[in-house]
Amino acid sequence: MTVAETETRVPLEGFVGEVLKELGDAVIEVECCETRRGWARIDPERTVEVAETMLAMAGARLATATALDVRDGIDILYHWAIEPQGVVVTLKVLAERPALAVDSIAGAVPAANWIEREMHDLLGAQFRGHPDMRRLILDDSWPEGVYPLRKDFDQVRDRPPLPPDQTPPDVGRRERNER
Amino acid sequence: MSRRTVVNIGPFHPLQEEAEFFQLYVDGETVVDVDVRISFNHRGIEKLDESKTFDQVPFVVERVCGICSASHPLAYIQAVEEIAHVEVPERALYLRTIVNELERIHSHLLWVGLAGHFLGYNTVFMWVWKYREPVMDILEIATGSRVNYANCKVGGVRRDMTREQLDRIAQVSDELLGPLDMLTRAVLDDPILHARLKKVGVLTPQAAKAYGATGPTARGSGVPIDVRRDDPYAAYDRLAWEVITAPDGDVFSKTVVRLRECFEAVRIIKQCVRDIPGGAIDAHVAAIPPGEGVGHVEAPRGETFHYVRSDGSNRPVRHKVRAPSFNNIPTFKASCIGQQIPDVAITLASVDPCYSCTERMCRVVDAETARPRYTWSDLVRLSQQKTAELRKKW
Repeated sequence: MTVAETETRVPLEGFVGEVLKELGDAVIEVECCETRRGWARIDPERTVEVAETMLAMAGARLATATALDVRDGIDILYHWAIEPQGVVVTLKVLAERPALAVDSIAGAVPAANWIEREMHDLLGAQFRGHPDMRRLILDDSWPEGVYPLRKDFDQVRDRPPLPPDQTPPDVGRRERNER
Repeated sequence: MSRRTVVNIGPFHPLQEEAEFFQLYVDGETVVDVDVRISFNHRGIEKLDESKTFDQVPFVVERVCGICSASHPLAYIQAVEEIAHVEVPERALYLRTIVNELERIHSHLLWVGLAGHFLGYNTVFMWVWKYREPVMDILEIATGSRVNYANCKVGGVRRDMTREQLDRIAQVSDELLGPLDMLTRAVLDDPILHARLKKVGVLTPQAAKAYGATGPTARGSGVPIDVRRDDPYAAYDRLAWEVITAPDGDVFSKTVVRLRECFEAVRIIKQCVRDIPGGAIDAHVAAIPPGEGVGHVEAPRGETFHYVRSDGSNRPVRHKVRAPSFNNIPTFKASCIGQQIPDVAITLASVDPCYSCTERMCRVVDAETARPRYTWSDLVRLSQQKTAELRKKW
């Protein structure tokens, strides 16, 4: 579906409409277009191109991104703020099961570097071509493949065991004696 | 080839009480790269919020940070109010503004004090914290607590303020102007501070945009962004005030922005106390419909951004919290490189990094042996030594 077709459903008006029009047919569905807020779904094949277009706009910056565990995969929401118009445009891209992978925009937008690492740690979204996909939030001892912000993660049942105690032996002995 | 050394700072920080780990890659005295490790204290607040009702979440998110404990709940509440299309009573908007500006003053003063300490101006540290204390007192008078004000709720505020309380707030804010003026002149006139802070840790406007820097970190680079003006919330669009910027992007500019913002905050508070209308303070929201919303607030350190999704039940399905430091700390990649080691302490401090928000660390390690070389206290000592040497010359 192109922007022209969706226009009958959600009219692209005002400044947010201008922003979404500029993205052209990379926008596959406009969910909402209000004075200061825009919500749209974009083509997963073209995330990097869209990110470059957004960053090139005057006053636009990547505020942050949110990952959501949904039925068909993980929804990645890139929140772009544009000043001084005070607009927040959220561009959604679905990372479908089973790969849960989308193209990383961190190469084009440095601000996406940390937040993509965070989404990878906590929800297991994969970002193809991320320059530095080390852990950011989770401890190095946290097991692979356990994602605490997934809906099926239970804080009691699924909590991994604590890592081995790394206190030097003499410190432990002193504490035990005091006790 | 010259030898590259890694300098470790952290993860435990004797000045700021939380864990963060910086690794500076240095060539001689010059920093050539920096790596930051965070999240030594991740508390899983986003996961916790999914098990709380919409009314309980503000009490959780104000504990994200003890300093931004008015901004985080307000950003969350605005996201929820966006979902439910709530019309907040006028008086509540003014009350929200007052608490948020008091928070800005005490946070900026706290930073000026710490910056003074990093540079070896411990008198500044003691004085500023003395002047900050009355602000904490009036926050306690007005909200019942020095931190974690529990002031906002979805649809309004939880507590009204009496005329006596409002007048007291105006009076204390007014009394701050003298000390603020003295402090600002002390900073602007001190030749040693000029030598220590100017052209140090420069963040260009282009880098500020690329890294998504917010708040005084961006405004100190001449980027005039401020959520209070651009996407007005609370009562900011009804008041006369200015967005403070400084052009140079160095630590000096960020200091000037923070100090001048305190004056603007006093101006805003006095207008609020003068203009506040009477009436209800709560819109009594009954239920939150399905939907999603974003809320952002200009916290003292920059924009705090919250995303909330509701499925029509009484709990959020997803609540995303992004604190300003999460975007500001990566700017070290742009501002620290090329610096001398003694200047790094103040450059790292210049974004006013909030560990509980971003919650994460830096160290200077030897690149060949990977052994730690400097601790944070070593860096503060080096920084203070450099000031002392400058003092002798002047």
